[in-house]
Amino acid sequence: MSQEVGRGSENHSDSTPYSFGGSWTPSAVELERRIARKARGRKNSLVAAASSILVLGTLATIVVTSPGWKNLSDTFFKWAYGFEVLPKIILGFGANVFLTVIAATSVAIFGLILALVRTSRSPAITPFRILATIYVDVFRGIPMLLIILLVGFGIPALRLKGVTNNVFILGICAVIITYSAYVAEVIRSGILTVHPSQRAAARSLGLSNFQTLRYVVLPQALRRVTPPLLNDLVSLIKDTGLVSILGVTDAIRAAQIASSRSFNYTPYVMAAGIFLLVTIPLTRYTDRTLRKSIDRQNAQGLA
Amino acid sequence: MSIPVLALEKVRKAFGSEVVLEDISITVPEHTATVFIGASGSGKSTLLRCINLLEQIDDGVIRLDGADITDPSVDPDEIRRKLGMVFQSFNLFPHMSVVENIILAPMRVHSKSREEAISEALELLDRFGLCEKAEQYPDRLSGGQQQRVAIIRSLAVKPRLLLLDEITSALDPVLVNEVLSTVRDLKEHGMTMLLATHEMGFAKQVADEVCFLERGRILEWGKPEEILENPKKPQTQEFLKRVHEAGRL
Repeated sequence: MSQEVGRGSENHSDSTPYSFGGSWTPSAVELERRIARKARGRKNSLVAAASSILVLGTLATIVVTSPGWKNLSDTFFKWAYGFEVLPKIILGFGANVFLTVIAATSVAIFGLILALVRTSRSPAITPFRILATIYVDVFRGIPMLLIILLVGFGIPALRLKGVTNNVFILGICAVIITYSAYVAEVIRSGILTVHPSQRAAARSLGLSNFQTLRYVVLPQALRRVTPPLLNDLVSLIKDTGLVSILGVTDAIRAAQIASSRSFNYTPYVMAAGIFLLVTIPLTRYTDRTLRKSIDRQNAQGLA
Repeated sequence: MSIPVLALEKVRKAFGSEVVLEDISITVPEHTATVFIGASGSGKSTLLRCINLLEQIDDGVIRLDGADITDPSVDPDEIRRKLGMVFQSFNLFPHMSVVENIILAPMRVHSKSREEAISEALELLDRFGLCEKAEQYPDRLSGGQQQRVAIIRSLAVKPRLLLLDEITSALDPVLVNEVLSTVRDLKEHGMTMLLATHEMGFAKQVADEVCFLERGRILEWGKPEEILENPKKPQTQEFLKRVHEAGRL
């Protein structure tokens, strides 16, 4: 098609000017472009399918034809045994869920308080701000496994009166201590991304510092950090498995007990499957929230 | 003579070693509009922010209805309740609908009931022809509509004085007019106003007095026809010539 056709001028010649959407039919140029696009689309999906079959097929062949495959599938994928111990693992996973719920709630509260203290400029808060900064730096910098060990074995060793020796509670505490530091930083970054002009607008309406935070800054900040917070929730679910080293019977510990009894690793695979059953939908959901929030921000334009 | 709504006496403001306002003395009587003109960076916005106590002045006194609001014992929140401010970048709260933006301060600061605040907000929206936008979110509105909502939001607390900081600078020429006619309407209703603007034609229409600022000082201050048509200072003449060349007069 040559350029003389113009940009759809033939469509508008017989209809009234400025009437959009009414009796529009695609022009010959557009129809030709659509055919070309469709052809390219077909070619692309053909290439994608061929390369997927080639790559995945090769990988599968390499794994299945390897000399140790028979052995490996016996130790890791003995499904009959796997399903036999599945109820115990699911029961253990209940502990992970319980840990997650309690920890997530406490972390949300404690993390928010830490973030607020760190972003506050009030002079009365100064000592707390210093403490909060130290807290966040220290607990973000230590591997969580170490904190679980230190809390789980260290606190009972102190033999303090009235302090629990229950490994379950100590495990939860260790998880809360670590994750609060992460979450505080995420929330703080959200608070810092709210433009100062929003604060100025709220203050000039007569809202107090606290009211500005409560009604203007925090709602925007939390909305922006929802995707990273959901990411942290996924990590939290997985990391609750670490408390198994204290002897808490969660999914991992249950799998460990089952596999040590039979020298078969299928229970671990079953435990992995159960974690995935929860984490994959949550990850997909996180992705969708992230995409939505990006769309919303892009649509916002100036403001 | 009655006490002016606003009086500035030898106000000075510096950011570090950079002096942005020096020896600013003006009075704004009730029901009048004072317009600040001057190049970008001449201190217009800073002056409005100082009056609103968003910035702390370094010397001088600011009086609102005769009372010194720069006294350290004065609660800034208390003062800001009596002042309305509209910004160049609108600054509507993006997570709230139009009506929620408007009722926030009446409810939280002036302890009005939700019903009362909403009915007052709808009345204001109706008056400025924005009633059907009440439930919309700011990002669905044009720039001109957003700025008019911002004006309504500042009116909802029934301010003693309205501070308008280059409220048309972020708008295209067509939208500028709808915002300016809103301001003209307010002026006719007797609102006391302080404006910083680059719209000289508008300044001429709405101003009772025009102040020309340069490098933080008031160079000329008087009736709009004096300042805008027969400026005495060479700097004012030069500025107006440049504005004229840019097609803004």
